[in-house]
Amino acid sequence: MPISANHSNPPILSLNGIVKDFPGVRALSEVSIDLFAGEVTALVGENGAGKSTMVKVLTGIYQPDAGQIKLNGSPVKLATPNDAARAGITAIHQETVLFDELSVAENIYIGHAPRTRTGLIDWNTMNANASQLLERIGASIDPTTVLKDLGIASKHLVAISRALSIDASVVIMDEPTAALSHKEIEELYQLVEQLKSDGKAILFISHKFDEIFRIADRYTVFRDGELVGNGLIENSNAAELVQLMVGRSLESVYPQRTGELGETILRVDGYSHPTEFDDISFTLNRGEVLGLYGLVGAGRSECMQAIFGITRPSKGNLFIDGKQITPKSPADAIAQGLVYVPEDRGKQGAITDLSIVSNIALPSLNTTSNKGFVRMAREYALARQYTARLELKAAALDQHVGELSGGNQQKVVIAKWLATQPEVIILDEPTKGVDIGSKAAVHAFMRELASQGLAIIMVSSEIPEIIGMSDRIIVMREGRQVAEFNQQQASPENLVRAAAGIEETSVA
Amino acid sequence: MNSDNTTQSNVIPDRLRSRFVRLIGSWEFLLLGVGILIFIFNTQASPYFLDPWNLSDATFNFTEKAMIAFAMALVIISGEIDLSVASIIALVSTCMGFAVQLGVDTPGLLFIALIVGVACGAFNGFLVAILGLPSIVVTIGTLSLFRGIAYIVLGDKAYSGYPESFAFFGQGYVWWVITFEIVLFIVFAALFYVLLHRTSFGRSTVAIGNNPTAALFSGIRVARVKFILFVLTGVMSAVAAVCLTSRLGSTRPSIAVGWELEIVTMVVLGGVNILGGSGTIPGVVIAAVVMGMVTFGLGLLNVPGIVMSIFIGLLLIGVIALPIIIQRARSRVNA
Repeated sequence: MPISANHSNPPILSLNGIVKDFPGVRALSEVSIDLFAGEVTALVGENGAGKSTMVKVLTGIYQPDAGQIKLNGSPVKLATPNDAARAGITAIHQETVLFDELSVAENIYIGHAPRTRTGLIDWNTMNANASQLLERIGASIDPTTVLKDLGIASKHLVAISRALSIDASVVIMDEPTAALSHKEIEELYQLVEQLKSDGKAILFISHKFDEIFRIADRYTVFRDGELVGNGLIENSNAAELVQLMVGRSLESVYPQRTGELGETILRVDGYSHPTEFDDISFTLNRGEVLGLYGLVGAGRSECMQAIFGITRPSKGNLFIDGKQITPKSPADAIAQGLVYVPEDRGKQGAITDLSIVSNIALPSLNTTSNKGFVRMAREYALARQYTARLELKAAALDQHVGELSGGNQQKVVIAKWLATQPEVIILDEPTKGVDIGSKAAVHAFMRELASQGLAIIMVSSEIPEIIGMSDRIIVMREGRQVAEFNQQQASPENLVRAAAGIEETSVA
Repeated sequence: MNSDNTTQSNVIPDRLRSRFVRLIGSWEFLLLGVGILIFIFNTQASPYFLDPWNLSDATFNFTEKAMIAFAMALVIISGEIDLSVASIIALVSTCMGFAVQLGVDTPGLLFIALIVGVACGAFNGFLVAILGLPSIVVTIGTLSLFRGIAYIVLGDKAYSGYPESFAFFGQGYVWWVITFEIVLFIVFAALFYVLLHRTSFGRSTVAIGNNPTAALFSGIRVARVKFILFVLTGVMSAVAAVCLTSRLGSTRPSIAVGWELEIVTMVVLGGVNILGGSGTIPGVVIAAVVMGMVTFGLGLLNVPGIVMSIFIGLLLIGVIALPIIIQRARSRVNA
């Protein structure tokens, strides 16, 4: 589909024939993108399609090997992040780096703080400007607050203010809603509307189709580093975009349980923690997928980490196969066949500076080694087996995990814990930040594991996923277990009510 | 090429580059080249350098420090540091000297050295691994503490009168010019090579140094590994204390002052990342020999000690800066 002919304004920013090569891979292959004033362009594609590389080219972190970037019609070279900022291009990243010990105003203006005549920081101007910026995006935050005293959502608003403190004409948002709650996402949408009316060109990267159709005016689809389609959102639909992304039409149904449930494998009885969670009790059968739903901060991850032995519960017992075992460390839990795949794969899941094979073998060192001596042949065999099973894409097994795309890193993280051959696996937000194709692969794989008798607990904040995948759903709120639904009872409304604590009768 | 990607088979090769290619590009290879240059320079600088007995004497410049450097390499790879090693030598040596005055024989002295070394290491390990205090602060504290005890016991006196049989460890020859210390150095190099590169303990050490949280989540007993590493460093300090005390034949409280920095230098020169996570024992072995040759060569040229330390400092900065400068130049050519 050709780029819209019905557009009279020339684009603010125009990229043409951009090529970026990495050793062994062509990350971007002659891709082009146009961004227009007052419009939101959604950039969609699977993980590894080249979206992040594109953002890095736009923000001066990578230099394209070929191609041209035009700003308001004249060619520019974005050699450094500073060049990009000066050209009025700013990016809000999914996980923005902020400074916990500095004030909100300092965080917003670090690197370009207003100065007095003597060259010192002009605190009054800086605080005044910061509070104006925050007001503009509707955030009621005192600019002199130390950042660490703010919640996650407020930190996000600070990050956005920081991006806007540079007088930008082009704003790039890289999965800005990934870490936000429902209400915060609504506020972000309003902010995007406001930026549009200010005449800014916005590049919006997202995996969520509902939000793309809600706020975007145009779309651009990448697949394997190539431009496969673009056009106006109003002339398209989700099915078409998905087909462009994956190169095939994708059934968006969740795989259903085929076999019968087995006997009870895990029983948690009255698990409590002084601050994070209280009196959590449930059972889990072989072959079952138990969904754990709740808002961010409901204590789901904390409870699961206690079950895995990372923190100790103040009270409560845990039974595996009828035997009372309360893991004192992750090593204990792994030895008992209970594993936890953490949500934060960069910090807790993978060791990004080590090879794929070392990562996969790490939790299995006890079984792959012989009397304490490592056996590389066995480690490679293990890695080969599980990377093939998860269809990992990588150049070599001794490649560092940090060089892989997000979806492939997640596959390594899942593979390393599966390689321990667990009986119970806890998956914490297994598809967060994972593209739609990999997501379906992860879901299918979970079902396959369950049908082989593995018991799965899935912590998820995504309602379609939790309803689609779970045989049973437990909802947590403020550290307590507040509701339980079976597959027939579960509806989006039920879950949201339970998670937010809205009484059935008190509907406004 | 992109359209072909999908048709490629999904078999992932084990290695991207062959081991040989990797070896050529490694830090250890670069360091070996520097070592050979210094060796050639030394042979030109002094006609006495190539004398076997001279070379044998030269090994004393690094053997004792290198034995500690092996253990230190593991500690640094795990993301910690132990600055108390030289003070452990002083305390071990003082305890042995004290025991000599009570008439303890050589096996008894070795036993005392081992006990004191383990105790010092366990004390560091307890504070760092179990209480979770930062190792740089803890070991700066124990650096003062351990040597302080040696000063209290000895004052400005010295212990001597070690038994005849005790002299073998630092002065003995196994065969011709081969000293007992160089044999010990080779044995420990082999042991630590196996420990770091061939055991799951070594693998855990590297994992912890890269990402302690992910290591914990992967079922590695992080605190236990760190505790053992500090005990190991204490033991190796005790071994070095036995060799050094035996070689000197006496104990003063100022024994081995400043060694901790030379040992850390040796480890870093050997390519161990000071921030943890990577490093090899062969690198440390080569670095130890290079440092020993430099000091010995300069000694043959009658260069004063202070100039030697300036040279070692420049060597360290130079060898660390070189690969970074090369990389920068390369990326500039590519850009």
